Parts: sequence; C-alpha cells; structure tokens
Amino acid sequence: MGEIRPAAVEVINWGWRHAGRRDWALRNLELRIRPGERVLLLGPSGAGKSTLLAGLAGLLDTAGGGEAEGDLRIDRIDARRARERVGIVFQDPETQLVMARAGDDVAFGLENRSVPVESIWPRVDRALADVGFRYGRDRPTAALSGGEQQRLALAGVIVLRPGLLLLDEPTANLDPDGARLVRAAIARLAAGAGATMLLVEHRIEETLDLVDRAIVLAPGGGVVADGTPADVFAAHGDRLAAAGVWVPGHPIPAPKRASHAASEVLIEARQAGFCYPGADRFALAGADLDLRAGEALAVVGPNGSGKSTLALLVGGLLRPSVGSVTPGAGIAPGRDGVSLWTWEARRLAGAIGSVFQDPEHQFLTGRVRDELELGPRRLGLGKVEAARRSTELLERLHLGHLGEANPYTLSGGEKRRLSVASVLATAPAALILDEPTFGQDRRTWVELLTLLAGLRDDGRGVVVATHDLPFAAALADRTVIVDDARVTAA
Amino acid sequence: MRLLVPLVPDPGAILARANPVAKLGAAAALMLAPLLAVDLVTATLLLAGELAAVRFSGLRAAALARRAWPLVLVAVGIGLANGLFPAQSGGSPLVAIGPLRPSGESLWVGVGLGLRLMAISFAGVLALATTDPTDLADALGQQLGLSPRFAIGTLAAVRLAPLVAVEWQTLGLARRARGVDAGRNPVAAVRLFGGRLLAMLVGAIRRGTRLATAMEARGFGATPSRSWARPQRMRGADWGLIAGAVLLAAGASGLSLALGSWRFVFG
Repeated sequence: MGEIRPAAVEVINWGWRHAGRRDWALRNLELRIRPGERVLLLGPSGAGKSTLLAGLAGLLDTAGGGEAEGDLRIDRIDARRARERVGIVFQDPETQLVMARAGDDVAFGLENRSVPVESIWPRVDRALADVGFRYGRDRPTAALSGGEQQRLALAGVIVLRPGLLLLDEPTANLDPDGARLVRAAIARLAAGAGATMLLVEHRIEETLDLVDRAIVLAPGGGVVADGTPADVFAAHGDRLAAAGVWVPGHPIPAPKRASHAASEVLIEARQAGFCYPGADRFALAGADLDLRAGEALAVVGPNGSGKSTLALLVGGLLRPSVGSVTPGAGIAPGRDGVSLWTWEARRLAGAIGSVFQDPEHQFLTGRVRDELELGPRRLGLGKVEAARRSTELLERLHLGHLGEANPYTLSGGEKRRLSVASVLATAPAALILDEPTFGQDRRTWVELLTLLAGLRDDGRGVVVATHDLPFAAALADRTVIVDDARVTAA
Repeated sequence: MRLLVPLVPDPGAILARANPVAKLGAAAALMLAPLLAVDLVTATLLLAGELAAVRFSGLRAAALARRAWPLVLVAVGIGLANGLFPAQSGGSPLVAIGPLRPSGESLWVGVGLGLRLMAISFAGVLALATTDPTDLADALGQQLGLSPRFAIGTLAAVRLAPLVAVEWQTLGLARRARGVDAGRNPVAAVRLFGGRLLAMLVGAIRRGTRLATAMEARGFGATPSRSWARPQRMRGADWGLIAGAVLLAAGASGLSLALGSWRFVFG
C-alpha cells in the first residue's frame, strides 16, 4: 500500500476567462499552499472559487475556447499534466457516480489508472471504510441517500490517493443529515496525516475545525484575506457575512412580525394523498391542511418524506389520488368543493404561485424581463401593465441590471430570486415554495426571508417546504412535520 | 429502455452465469435462422428450444411473461393482420369482406410470421433479461475489445435515464404552475411539447456534461489502457452455449430443409 504524498500548490498570476465571456472569472491570483495544509476557500458567489478548483484539477482546457493566463502548478508541474496527483469532489452526487453498484463505482478510477485487479478490491474496501460507508460493495448506488452517495463519491476519489484533494461545496446539495454524513467523512480523512486539502463551503461553522487556513477571494481575482480562520473572521467577518458567507457568530436578522388576525382560508386539503403511477406505496397519505391569508406555514421533514408532494398537491399541480384539495373563500368565494387540480393553468397561476426547487425548471423564455411579463400576459393584462409589474419586481428583487440577460446565465442566487419574482408577477394570494433556500448563500437566504415575511404581512398565505430548520423557525407561524408520508402538526 | 433492465434472475442459473458476450452470440445464432427462412417449421422448433432454455435462465415465468407480453402482442398482431388481410390473394378466401379475405394459405403465412417474430425477439429478451448491464459492458470491453469509452460511457449514460424521466414530469408541472397549458388548442399543445422537450434535452446535456467531467477527473479516457475490476472470461460452458445455439439453429433449419418446408426469405 503506497502512502499519500501531499502536494504543493502554486497559483502564479493566474487567470481564466470562460469561452464567450467578456469578463475574467479570475485574474492575477497569487497563492502558495504548502504540502499537507488544509485550506478553506471563501468568497462571494461569482468570485471564481469553483473555476480555481477546476483549474487545479486540470479540467480547464483552452481547446474549449476558454482563455488562460499565468500558471497553476501541482508540485511544480503544470496542473493539466498533474491530474493523477489531484482528486476533486463536486456538489451534485447524482452526476458523479458512474456505476450501478457502490464497490464498482469506487473501483472505476482504479480501472482507469490500470491498477492490477488483485490490488483493486483491497483498496476499494479500505476507501469505503475510510469514509465510513455503511453498506457492502454490492449496494445499488441508486438506493443511497444524497449524503451516502456523496460519501461514496468521496471514496471514489480518495481511493486514487491524490496528493491534493479538492472539495467543491460537497454538502451544498444535501439535507442536514446528509451534510453531517459527508462532514464526518471529511473529518475522518482530515484526522489522518494525508493530502493537501482545499475546501469550498458556504456553511463554514461546522467545517472550521477541519481546516487550518482560510483564504478569501475577491470577485474577479485577488486575495482579500489569508490566515488562520480565527484571524480572518475577526478582521473580515462583517464583510464576508454581507457578501453571503455564513460566518460563525453572525446571527441572522429576525424579521419583525406585523400584527395580524387569522383570516380567510385560501387552500383546504382534506385527507389528500398521492401515489405516483407504478409506485407501490403512497408518497403522501391523507394530509389535512388549511392555509389562511396572512400566515406562513413551514412543512419540514427529511428528504423523501413527502414534503414536495404535499407542496405540489396544495399548489393544485397534482391530482390527489385520495381526498381533496379545494380553494377556500380567499381565492374562490362561493365555489366550495371544486378541486384545485381541475383549474386551467392561467387561472391557477393567478391565484397560487408555486416555486420549484430548481429555478431552471420554471424558466420559459430567453430574457429575464420576458420571464416576468409572461405570467401577467397569460392573465390577459395589457403590455403596459405587464411592463410596469416587471419593472417593479426587477427593482424589488435587485435584478434591475439583468433585465436583458438570459435567465440560464444568472448566478444561483439570481436564478432563485427570478423564479420567485416571476411567480409574484401574477400577484397570487398564496405562495408555495419547495426548498427555496437550497444551495443558497447567506445573502440570498436573508433576502428570501425578508421578502416572504413581507408578503405574509401583506396578507398572502405562504407555504415553505424545507429541511432548512433555521429558515422555518425564522419565518413560520405554524410548522407541519411530514415523516414517512404522514403529516403531523408540530 | 425497460427491456434493458435485467430481471434479477437466480444468479446461480446457467444462463445468468454465462458470459454476456456468449449469450449475445447464442442469441444472434438463434435470431439469424428465422431471419433467413420464412417457414413455420424452423420458427416453431427454435421457439420451442428457446422456451426450453427458460428452465436454465433462473427467471421466474411470471416475471418473464410480464417482460415479454408486449412483444408477443406485436407478433400476434402482425401475424393476424397478415393472415386476415393478405397482400396478394393466394388460394380461395374463406370469407371476403372488403380487404378482409383470409384464405387457408394466408392464415398459415400469418401464423408463420407471428412465430418467426416471436422466435427472433424471444432470443433477445432471454439474453438481455439474464444479463446485468455492468457485466455486459465489462464483457464487451474484455471479450470483444470494444473501446471502454463506448462500453462504460454508454453504461453511465443509461444510469442517468431515470433522472431524465423525473425531469420530464417536473417540467410539465412547472409549466402548469407558470400558467401555461395548451387547453384544447392542438397547435399550442405541439409548441408546449416542443419547449418542454427542449428544456429536458438541455437538462440532460448539462447533466451528461457534469458526469463526463467527473469521469474525466477520475482518469477516464486519459490512457487507452485500462484494467478490469471484474474479469470476464469465456469458459467452456460459454463456448458450449454458443455451440448449442448454433446446433439448434442449424438443426431446425436442416430439419425444415429435409421436410421441404424451408423457404429462403428472398426466395
């Protein structure tokens, strides 16, 4: 068994411009990382953290039209020729696993490096043990939770014994339990003397004891701060928090609650349940729920418990397999008993706004402004009124400078704000959001909280399906827990 | 796509243990005979042989029936269509209502065609239903020297297929949420379908690109050589399987020839 030889990293006046972009993602960056150092890489969204990691992994290629400046060196060798020394773990577990069985997936990289078969399986078993994988080699990868899949992806990388381990927001796509699993696996790796490690994370409080150095990048290039985590946060904590980093000891502002009286019912679910076609069990069984105007309701529970299904049912998007979901007096006075799923789409969109977990699923046009005008135009409003609403929303959600941009080119936080804004454009009485804070930085998180609290205080009904418990606690008047397809009130 | 998913057979069964390339070879031999000949005897004998082979597949009959019934339906449908609505009138029709003029001869042609289709497709179903896709990719790379870029790359792409199916559903719901549906307007329905399809393809390509990057980062395609964690071998039994299939195909064709019923497809 060969041992790990930690790598030295040199970033020398380096820069990268993506194909077809005017601005450099990163420029004039100078960094030296000594062998065995464990570094947390910070910076606002768009500061080029992921680009730097991709460059160090040797994955940026000028053949694709991108442009490079300066040098990236791993142990004094150009990064593109040092790929064997580097391992990288990305955000999304689903697009990192290659094989159908856990053990085969870990073996994949060893096969690519022509490791003889008699050494493959002992190394696979050791890597699985090193990340704390709880199942056997034959476990189907599709049957694993997100956190377990991400642990497996980590095993598939460390089995190659890289001298430099790059972790690009490895917990951003996971629920809290999944994130804990992955952090525990990283902690196990960090505890042994091993590879140089470079970690990008938004939620840093939990990762702090894994690193011994923090580097803050400025947007567009350059280093803002570099030192021990304690020193960096003492000197730059406020600025980092404002830029979107979850800095320890910077509490989130709690929105003030405007006084209100419980009022009209907007949506009524009675024993509503849903079973996906071909599934052998109900995704959600017999849920009772009232949403009233002027209240915010949080639906919490682990991944796969039925939260999203409940959101789709209450949003009138799915036809309940059992029970009913009907509009209340606040949406459709005098129309008791009509099922929401039978409404035609434009009518539904005028009354209830559903925001999906992935903003891109909802984008229908090639321009931010068109995206905002689409809903009002579908409702039959005139061009002038639609333009007025879109301009107002662009300002309100800080998207004013992006009116002409293509929605798909926005940053994660901008996409999220646009998806909420496009739904608000039809002025719905109820708003239903599925995991709105998923993968968002602190700044977008706070903005969403303020926005939704404001809408609630304006008399709208808000439902948030989320596993982000701090968000639920900060926003919700009531919390509903969904566990294993069953609903219980908290 | 569903036809590619193995039926989790008893792993100890002869067919389940056989090398996937040997199974493909055997299936090819069994498919070739009824492709070349359009006669009842060859097809019947081969189908009987294939049904007998189910015993060694480790598959449960019910699961296999669930898998194969669409193919049986297609074969019966095509056989019926050709039997009841013959292209040329050969022999005297038993009844004649417009184009519906089955004769004794055309009914035999229909039965023969149906059996042929069943014999051809059932050989493929049996080979795929007893084969794990990972084993298939391994064997294609190791026994046939197929490029790992193709064999393993395809395997990885197939794994993403269920995600694409979920995405298709979500895209439909998200459009309804934005106030967009076609109602009863067929033109709007086509446009909506096109937009949804495009969004799904864009999503699939982005996912595929991310997966390809992750594979590249783990050394995939960096060198032409590769070791195989799961060695696949051609054992005696595998050669025996191929030989048996060739013998069955040749025997059925030979018997048909001897009986004078064998007819070349282009004859």
